Amino acid sequence: MTAATTSATARATIPLTAADFKSDYKPIWCPGCGDFSVVSSFTRAFASLGLRPENTAVISGIGCSSRIPAYLTSYGFHGVHGRSLAAAAGLKLARPDLTVVVASGDGDGYSIGGNHFMHACRRNVDMTYVVMDNHVYGMTKGQPSPTTEPDWDSKLSPGGTGLRTFHPLVIALAAGANFVARGFSGDPKGTGELIAEAIKTPGFSFVEILSPCVTFRPEQREWRKAVREAPINTDDPARAARLIMTDDGFNIGILYRGHREPYYRKTDKAAKQPADLEKGFAI
Amino acid sequence: MTDSRNGSGAAARTSISVAITGSGGAGVMTAGNMLLEAAAKAGWYGLMVRSSGPQIRGGEAAALCRFATRPVDCLDDRFDVLIAVDWENLHRFADEIPLDSASLMVGDPTQGDPPEVFAKSAARYERLGIKGMAKAIQGSWPNMVVVGVAAGLIGLPKDVLRAVVENMLKKSRAGLAPSLAAIDAGYEAGETMQAGEKLAAPAPRSESRWLITGNQAAGYGAIRGGVRFVAAYPITPATEVLEWLAPALADVGGTLVQAEDELASINMIIGASFGGVPALTATAGPGLSLMTESLGLAVAAEVPIVVIDVMRGGPSTGIPAKSEQSDVSIAVNGMHGDAPRIVVAPNSVADCLMSTQWAVHLAEATQSPAIVLSDQFFGQMRAVVDRPKDVSYQGARLTAAGNTEGYKRYSLTESGISPMAIPGTPGIAYTADGLTHNERGIPSSGAKDHAVQLAKRERKLLGHEYGDYWADVEGDGETAVVTFGSSTGPVREAIARAKADGVPVRLVSMRLLAPAQPAKLAAALAGVKRVLVVEQNHGGQLLRHLRSEFEIPGEVQSFRRPGPLPIRADEVHRQLVQWSNQ
Repeated sequence: MTAATTSATARATIPLTAADFKSDYKPIWCPGCGDFSVVSSFTRAFASLGLRPENTAVISGIGCSSRIPAYLTSYGFHGVHGRSLAAAAGLKLARPDLTVVVASGDGDGYSIGGNHFMHACRRNVDMTYVVMDNHVYGMTKGQPSPTTEPDWDSKLSPGGTGLRTFHPLVIALAAGANFVARGFSGDPKGTGELIAEAIKTPGFSFVEILSPCVTFRPEQREWRKAVREAPINTDDPARAARLIMTDDGFNIGILYRGHREPYYRKTDKAAKQPADLEKGFAI
Repeated sequence: MTDSRNGSGAAARTSISVAITGSGGAGVMTAGNMLLEAAAKAGWYGLMVRSSGPQIRGGEAAALCRFATRPVDCLDDRFDVLIAVDWENLHRFADEIPLDSASLMVGDPTQGDPPEVFAKSAARYERLGIKGMAKAIQGSWPNMVVVGVAAGLIGLPKDVLRAVVENMLKKSRAGLAPSLAAIDAGYEAGETMQAGEKLAAPAPRSESRWLITGNQAAGYGAIRGGVRFVAAYPITPATEVLEWLAPALADVGGTLVQAEDELASINMIIGASFGGVPALTATAGPGLSLMTESLGLAVAAEVPIVVIDVMRGGPSTGIPAKSEQSDVSIAVNGMHGDAPRIVVAPNSVADCLMSTQWAVHLAEATQSPAIVLSDQFFGQMRAVVDRPKDVSYQGARLTAAGNTEGYKRYSLTESGISPMAIPGTPGIAYTADGLTHNERGIPSSGAKDHAVQLAKRERKLLGHEYGDYWADVEGDGETAVVTFGSSTGPVREAIARAKADGVPVRLVSMRLLAPAQPAKLAAALAGVKRVLVVEQNHGGQLLRHLRSEFEIPGEVQSFRRPGPLPIRADEVHRQLVQWSNQ
């Protein structure tokens, strides 16, 4: 064993702090953006679970929230718009030993990536999906997303879209997610705990984080006053769905935790050598 | 050619083509498969191409078989025999089953008359009460009578056929005896129809042979190259690659996932490969179109992946179950930005194995996406092939050691290839990015970072030594044919016939379509005066590609036609001889 690997082994035994998961790369977000706090929730969650950066991968798509992987010291993947869940599922199924977390936003996750969201819930691969929801496309400078209110005025949709908002948590329940929670970026400690619970829970865990966009939705500063602890934490999807469908969107906490078996690949063992397969072709 | 093409002679034939047709459910594919397997066991070569209408069940279907004493990669110009269980909608196959006055049609008079298009070919018509013969043997089926007729016509040994049928029907013991009886009845009828025109006895077998489809061969090539993760969405005609791989991958410790769409499947394989596991997907044109954005991600983030495109008629939904070589342009050019990629085209059923294995090797070695351009003709064709030679190509990726001081994922090396950190390796974690980035992988919109990273990705592919596999170059002469993929088979036959006429012709069958190899093509075409470019598409996509990347010497002609009609050796042969004698 070389000196370098010895010291690496020694290093691997030292518990890491949240700060060890933060990279030295300066975020590009606007001052006051909720996503700053979400980085801190990620690093707290990783440290509290005793994860190692080399065994953790954060996968994202495109948008303000999807910039997160570069701000962490774990492995990261910043792919194309809307496809982070697919890339993450491929990684987790190919490398079940890794902890895989996906970072997304309401445009990336619910609009262009909407189909993958449904199927990721349904497939129930053991990974955690964190969506920073600010009800707006920030990176393209202020267009309505699937969670934007129907009368929100913008250059692209003057007078509002007139469309009802999307209920991501109910979709997640209906599609089979095994863990559904809502957090608020203004509470990085509580949100860090939610993310840690999500990672610990086997199967597909979905954490929606209300994360204000102070640039295009300055009124979201008021969310701080609206959030409250959710009245239920149930394993009954119907009860959870009823609350989510009827509340004002500000109940914070774990709303549903189920008991579904995660999707596993069938085998890790190679029963045959590749050359054995050609027997089927021989005449 | 040694084939005795015009009928009546008693000389044994080296190649006999038999089309078996009927409405869906008549069992024509089963009949074709039985005959092909029996011919293989008897020591012959052969192939069977499937052709069917758009219906899933109940449409018209044709098993297009060719039996030969030597390996064959393509259909013949014409069919010697057409056996119709019934004539329903058969006119739709008129162009795909060319008959002439030396051909024989066998049909059941109780099922009506042959369609006008076949009748006017002047093929001899033998009326045989196929349905009645089957009905007379309780529990048997008309397609078994047809198996017997075809076997009798070509002289397939009865005992070999019996053994194959027994094996294929071993799960339905009740059906075996009546099926064998029906085959016997058909055999007797077939034997007497065209006495003297049997297939010549097979040469003694010198090497082991396989009965395999191009889609199976591609799947096996993927595994041999080291692929252990596959994600894909079902699509005709690529699905059989996946259906073969699903249990096979599990057997070797790999994983196959059915994705929700092609956008997911390509991103799943990118994720898996980012994790260090060689990964592949298989699709057809519509799926490749959907995957194009993420192919660019694999280019920019330098994640090796392989995409098999089993080409079918396009654009749009096109002709899903029939072949065309019309995805050259999208494979070679179809991405935004400057996006170097590898494009490999197998040129025989057996080569689907080697080319796919090579594509895995190239993708892994250069940390780039590789596209394998197969097509429906190869993909769904079942053929008897000599067991392909083992090649050593394995996916071998340059990876980075843990705790490398100052590690830079996208470092500007001389070859352009930089060691890749694999998750799980400590001290070198990085973020792979589709955004333009610097050497560390940090996003950058600076002109210099952009320029040097674009050049690095290009350098990886241009600097790789592709060896002799870039093309099959055969023969000499002042006339050359440049072609690729499934057009190679008929071109080879055309060149052999031209040679017999005293006209030597060179063949360049390009396996590596991208990156272009101008120096190698120039050497292969040195001294030629005429270049015929042969391809199966309407727009001349290979010709356009050649014109944009190469200086083609001499006079250039294009021989092209869209699918689903295959390029026929006869047409190419005539053009070659005529042009060379001008």
